[in-house]
Amino acid sequence: MTSATLRHTVWVLRGNPVTAVAAGGAFVLCLVALIGPWIVPHDPIASNVANALKPPSAQNWAGTDQLGRDVFSRLVIAARLDLAIAASAVTLSFAVGAVIGAVCGYLGGRLDRYVGRFVDILMAFPLFVLAMAMVAALGNRVENIVIATAIINLPFYIRFARAEVNVRRNAGWVEAARACGDSHLSVILRFLLPNVLPAMAVQVSLNLGWAILNAAGLSFIGLGVKPPTPEWGIMVAEGARFIATGKWWLVAFPGLALMLTVLCFNLLGDGLRDILDPRMRT
Amino acid sequence: MKLGATANRAARRFISSLPALFGVVVFTFLLMRVLPGDPAVFFASGPQAGPEEIAMIRAQMGLDKPVPQQLLLYLRDLSQGQLGRSLTTGQPVLVDLRNRLPASLELTLTALLIALVAAVPLGVAAALRPGSLVDHIVRFVCALGVCVPTFVSGLLLIYVFYYLAGLAPDPTGRIDIFMSQPPRVTGFLLIDFAIAGDWEGWQAAARQLMLPALTMALFVVAPLARMTRASMLASLGSDFVRTARSLGLSRRKIVVTYALRNAILPVLTIVGIVFSTMLGANVLVEKVFSWPGVASYALDALLSSDYAPVQGFVLLMASIFVLVNLTVDVLYGVADPRVSVE
Repeated sequence: MTSATLRHTVWVLRGNPVTAVAAGGAFVLCLVALIGPWIVPHDPIASNVANALKPPSAQNWAGTDQLGRDVFSRLVIAARLDLAIAASAVTLSFAVGAVIGAVCGYLGGRLDRYVGRFVDILMAFPLFVLAMAMVAALGNRVENIVIATAIINLPFYIRFARAEVNVRRNAGWVEAARACGDSHLSVILRFLLPNVLPAMAVQVSLNLGWAILNAAGLSFIGLGVKPPTPEWGIMVAEGARFIATGKWWLVAFPGLALMLTVLCFNLLGDGLRDILDPRMRT
Repeated sequence: MKLGATANRAARRFISSLPALFGVVVFTFLLMRVLPGDPAVFFASGPQAGPEEIAMIRAQMGLDKPVPQQLLLYLRDLSQGQLGRSLTTGQPVLVDLRNRLPASLELTLTALLIALVAAVPLGVAAALRPGSLVDHIVRFVCALGVCVPTFVSGLLLIYVFYYLAGLAPDPTGRIDIFMSQPPRVTGFLLIDFAIAGDWEGWQAAARQLMLPALTMALFVVAPLARMTRASMLASLGSDFVRTARSLGLSRRKIVVTYALRNAILPVLTIVGIVFSTMLGANVLVEKVFSWPGVASYALDALLSSDYAPVQGFVLLMASIFVLVNLTVDVLYGVADPRVSVE
């Protein structure tokens, strides 16, 4: 980070405290995900049927579920799994998408057309339905939620990287690198990708929120994460059975956790866009 | 002349989307073939089923043939309009989908209507006074709206309107089990009840529809309002609006006739995208409200490794998606005649 970027960042953060708050929130979330197991007040798995379905109290801040487990502790423990799923899915599609998109945008030709067709096919699916079918087909495991979420994100990254590289492929500095005897691979990796990465980083933050919602949706319908593992989507699914009898805390608190997490990453993404790419400011 | 150009463009778009549809068919087919579990074992009479019986079921389902041949057979059936038979319901998939599609469409379209009616005025109001309280509220609602998962908002609506307020009926299905169904004409309960003239039934169906439709609408108000606001801002800042103002036209004429008409194009694009996300969100909303639509049908089939319904469902969704994009394309020409001049 050069001092100019730093100054710009500080300027943006001062003018836009929301981004600063979002960054703080995201930091707290990551911290909770890291140290969760050491700060929870109760054992998230231990059931205590005598204390089942109790509303929030001083003892159990977010109430207890049908097995008497402490909802708050489960929420805290679940942060790690939810964030890990979303982060690894987005990282995966970012890495694969950036490389495929960059190669297509740089080389063009037949490969570009084939990949374009493949992307069109992926985009013709309602994406959540595609993810659902993939998790069911690959096997009902957490890794497959990651893979499915990564694949349905892939088209956006490929298109983005392709478009960004395509407009730069004939730029003077690319031709200069070629003239200096750099190979195509080296031009892509050393010059083109670093140029498009900042814009893509914004996409990552915006995508994280979406990936979390997606993963939670999948586990809500019973795919991927299995009980008794604490995970926000599955906690909502378990609480759903008791909502019609007024046990709101089983749904509201995991829902709140999901909402705040996604909100943090979305606001952070908007802020990052202002910092990294002032042209795209809205 | 203009109509011809629009039809022409629609036809071109349709033909260019055919390869993608074909890709969807093949991709789904292959995906379903790697589903874990052997459907033949699953649907054999019981755990004691002998190998002969399982082999017979496999042959009956065509599972004993190599995969490429199975694909060709599937494509042949498809070209004859056959989607195979669901093993869980025992019905042809086409019949099941036809029975259940109206439920899903009624839900999705009602939700889209509610969302549009709410989002467009909100977006316009925000754009008319950028930086005002209204603008901030709209932006806050938009930021929040995309963050709440549909299954959570659906359940919370049930809590508020069913448990606390008692305004909504028991949130399961399209109609109370003790109510009599209207004679089936379109499959859309609201339309069928209206045709039958049974207004009591119409009300019951509408009350049942309210919460799930609201849930789904909440989910898509944000992108619609955000886009309306952005494109309305651009349109209000343009030269023709300035000219209209300088000519002293009424505010209503400037905003509605000139600015909004020109701002509606990007909103239409978003409606296409939003509709596709709604098709996905259908799965979650139908599950929350035990809504007997195509998505819950496919989900049940998926969880019991029943190939045919899932394939049929995905194909149906992809076709609807293509159709929606076509409609949006045609509407483009209506909203902005410049689009058809190419």
